[in-house]
Amino acid sequence: MQERLSLKSKVLNENQRIAESLRERFRDNGVLCLNLISSPGSGKTALLEKTLAHLDPSTQVAVLTGDIQTDNDARRLARFGFPVKQITTGGTCHLDGKMIEKHLEDWPLENLDLLFIENVGNLVCPSSYDLGENSKIVLLSVTEGEDKPLKYPAIFFKSDLFVLTKVDLLPYVPFSAELAEANARRVHPGMEIVRASAVAEGGLNAWLSWLDRRIDVAREAQSLAMAGR
Amino acid sequence: MHELSIAESILEAVRKEIALHPGTVPTRVGIKIGSMAAIDSESLTFCFDAIVSGTEWAKLKLETNVVPARRICNNCRNEFVVVDYNSICPACGSSETLPDGGDELDLEYLEVENAGTPVA
Repeated sequence: MQERLSLKSKVLNENQRIAESLRERFRDNGVLCLNLISSPGSGKTALLEKTLAHLDPSTQVAVLTGDIQTDNDARRLARFGFPVKQITTGGTCHLDGKMIEKHLEDWPLENLDLLFIENVGNLVCPSSYDLGENSKIVLLSVTEGEDKPLKYPAIFFKSDLFVLTKVDLLPYVPFSAELAEANARRVHPGMEIVRASAVAEGGLNAWLSWLDRRIDVAREAQSLAMAGR
Repeated sequence: MHELSIAESILEAVRKEIALHPGTVPTRVGIKIGSMAAIDSESLTFCFDAIVSGTEWAKLKLETNVVPARRICNNCRNEFVVVDYNSICPACGSSETLPDGGDELDLEYLEVENAGTPVA
């Protein structure tokens, strides 16, 4: 005898449960958590290095950085004096909620303003896993193709911000920033976009002011959550 | 290539469901995949078959239902399927539209049969 049971749950239910609990912890502690996603080599680590160097010193930042192998990125980022932990996935192409939960175990969140999660370099798999972040951020560099948002729509669809990186190279490469941005907005109408350069003077201004705004929003969310108790 | 991880999560969900229905054997599991979910259904089916092969779940087949991205118009409340990334409302021409799903990765159903003598 055959019977059909109706199931109404998400395939990644367990990951979702962990992500929601992380999101609540971030909110209650006033932490802005950002999940950075791009192909390998788009400049996630370079953007973070320059961001850590430029941030207002009163901002308390921490970084979790994911890679399949090596702790090179953690060593690059630890030079700035903020807490950094490497998550080595040992082959897995993305980070999941459980990895974040485990690596945050001995980190007090109360004094933290900003937590960056640098995902494994991959434009596909990380888009399926909620890490409890406030926002996913997708990076694309000008040495890639303008049609990447159309080829990899899921991550552009799910990200709140698109950072176009290495824009100092625009004069030397056949890349139309306008076309890349228009493609991103076809997939995700109204998507926020900033252009960034980790080497040009003032190249991070738009990105840093976006960050400041979002840190303020996270603090307001914390006050609201506390007032509601 | 995270379809293997996703396949394992599906099998885990089936295990949990079957634990609630002792005496049954699962034969089909149905999932809904949004076109914006970044899941390749063929690759997922391949991975799923590979992990159940030779196990007690070998009879279990994965059935995938890929659904397109949809949007709702803020102006006229029309609900429409997004074709070729066009997010303009086909009814009123407004560009003020909001996403309505598209990144689903949901369990929909599980078909089971009785393992032994049917229970009266």
